[in-house]
Amino acid sequence: MKTILKRIYIALIILFLYAPIGILIVLSFNESKTRAKWGGFTIKWYIALFQNEEILRALFNTLLIALVSSLIATVIGTVACIAMTGMKRKAKSVIMGITNIPMLNADIVTGISLMLLYISLGIKFGMGTILLSHITFNIPYVILSVMPRMKQLNVSTYEAALDLGSSPLHAFFKVVFPDLLPGILSGFLMAFTMSLDDFIITHFTKGVGVDTLSTKIYTEIKKGIKPEMYALTSLIFVTVLTLLVLINLSPTDKKKAEH
Amino acid sequence: MKKHRMTHIRQTAAVLVLLTSAALCGCASDKGVNGQVIVYNWGEYIDPETIRMFEEESGIKVIYDEFETNESMYPKVESGAVAYDIACPSDYMISRMIQNGMLSEIDYDKIPNAKKNIGAQYYEQSRGFDPENKYAVPYCWGTVGILYNKTMVEEPITRWAQLWDEKYADNILMQDSVRDAFMVAEKRNGYSMNTLDAEELEASKNLLISQKPLVQAYVVDQVRDKMIGGEAAIGVIYSGEAIYTQKENPDLVYVIPEEGTNVWIDSWVILKNAPNKENAEKFIDFMCREDIALMNFEYITYSTPNVAARELIEEEDIKNSEIAFPDLSQYDNLETYVYLGEDGDYLYNELWKEVKAY
Repeated sequence: MKTILKRIYIALIILFLYAPIGILIVLSFNESKTRAKWGGFTIKWYIALFQNEEILRALFNTLLIALVSSLIATVIGTVACIAMTGMKRKAKSVIMGITNIPMLNADIVTGISLMLLYISLGIKFGMGTILLSHITFNIPYVILSVMPRMKQLNVSTYEAALDLGSSPLHAFFKVVFPDLLPGILSGFLMAFTMSLDDFIITHFTKGVGVDTLSTKIYTEIKKGIKPEMYALTSLIFVTVLTLLVLINLSPTDKKKAEH
Repeated sequence: MKKHRMTHIRQTAAVLVLLTSAALCGCASDKGVNGQVIVYNWGEYIDPETIRMFEEESGIKVIYDEFETNESMYPKVESGAVAYDIACPSDYMISRMIQNGMLSEIDYDKIPNAKKNIGAQYYEQSRGFDPENKYAVPYCWGTVGILYNKTMVEEPITRWAQLWDEKYADNILMQDSVRDAFMVAEKRNGYSMNTLDAEELEASKNLLISQKPLVQAYVVDQVRDKMIGGEAAIGVIYSGEAIYTQKENPDLVYVIPEEGTNVWIDSWVILKNAPNKENAEKFIDFMCREDIALMNFEYITYSTPNVAARELIEEEDIKNSEIAFPDLSQYDNLETYVYLGEDGDYLYNELWKEVKAY
């Protein structure tokens, strides 16, 4: 009885999580443009998607900005963590506090203040301003996930490496970096997803004619969202799902084989 | 192995740096032989092909940006983050921009197609928000009316008052926006929809509150899908959507209520301090050319004020459609929204909050 209830509970959770995505995927194959009518099965939206330059450019922009901004933020964030370990406790907590603010701050406040900053500095709005803003709000997420790893780190190993004649940089990459890697990777992924689905900050800091997927979809509100977007989001969902399945399958197999 | 990985990382980093710099440079160097023009328009509100044609014919590069509501357009233009040349706001927003000195006067000699092709009645209608027709060139227009499903109602719907008929409880869709909702109540009572009279507003508010139990939902663009799917019998809708919904569901009928309604007009305006004013004039002129206006009409499906373009429409039933091209002279109670000032906006918003919270 208890297990049945548990299963029903799990099934309900999964249903609520995935039903919207399921509906979206079904609608992406709908011949009719309206959600209210099933006009028959078609893949024309997928074909139209790959012919729609604007959507593809928005997709490219989104991915490029997410990748570049999360990479740069990861480097800066990691370096910041290393620097912070060398600080006194008080200075450390002050810096931690400062980096936490952008994370707790409402996106709209961050967005508008960045916009005002760029205006007052006379920076031309475009791809560059979006990138700068994304790096800005990504750094705290990297710090947040690298810092705990940093705390677990055994400083003696690094000192031992130095004693054994390694240069500091070499010792860092040989000894410290591998220990930090899981934190760095999860920070990178977190930053990547944050950048990927940001709308408000991008909206305020984007220049003319530069659109990411989120801003592009939003402009379609007046006339109704195009089914091409359903097709694109379905593709993204399937890609992410496949990647997750692959990641979750292969390493365990390898590890088992190694053991 | 480790070393190999390091060089790998280095290579990736190098590629990424190159990519970004390429992308950044890409933004800076997009000017046509004859300069550029920066256009700020509604999303999905132009046939992209017409932009390409304009670029080809004029040698002017179009930098095209889109907004989703008048309210989100305004602060972006006002902030000056980007110096736009042209925007395409709606009536009441244009009057706000005129009041705040954000627009530059249109030189009709430079835009001959606007004088030649746009119908005089639309300029006449524009006087509500642009009294001397100095700033706005009409681009799209339409009415707000009632869309009903003839299989779900007992008698034809012809008046706003029927939205208060208890027979249709839970079968009515209202617009979820202040001005459109109040317009319905104000017109029903025979007031102006730009009224600031305290008593009239109070009466309209109470009317909307009394209607609330009958309303299935306050929605914006879901009216379209809900009416096509037969989820409601009566909905308040923009005429531009009516033709499309009828195509999907032939049972739907669109009417302009007898008590009168809102005629909305989205118009091209040139912004004050537009860096490329001459190119902006060329762009607007091009958009007013009859063949281009026709392409845009077919793409957007909202009514065009371009009389010459209407003549070119091949399908007779669209050309003579009562929905797309109602004869405005038949009505004497049509109005266009005017900007009510900050205090007026505040008043309406407060009353609307009371309605929604009731």
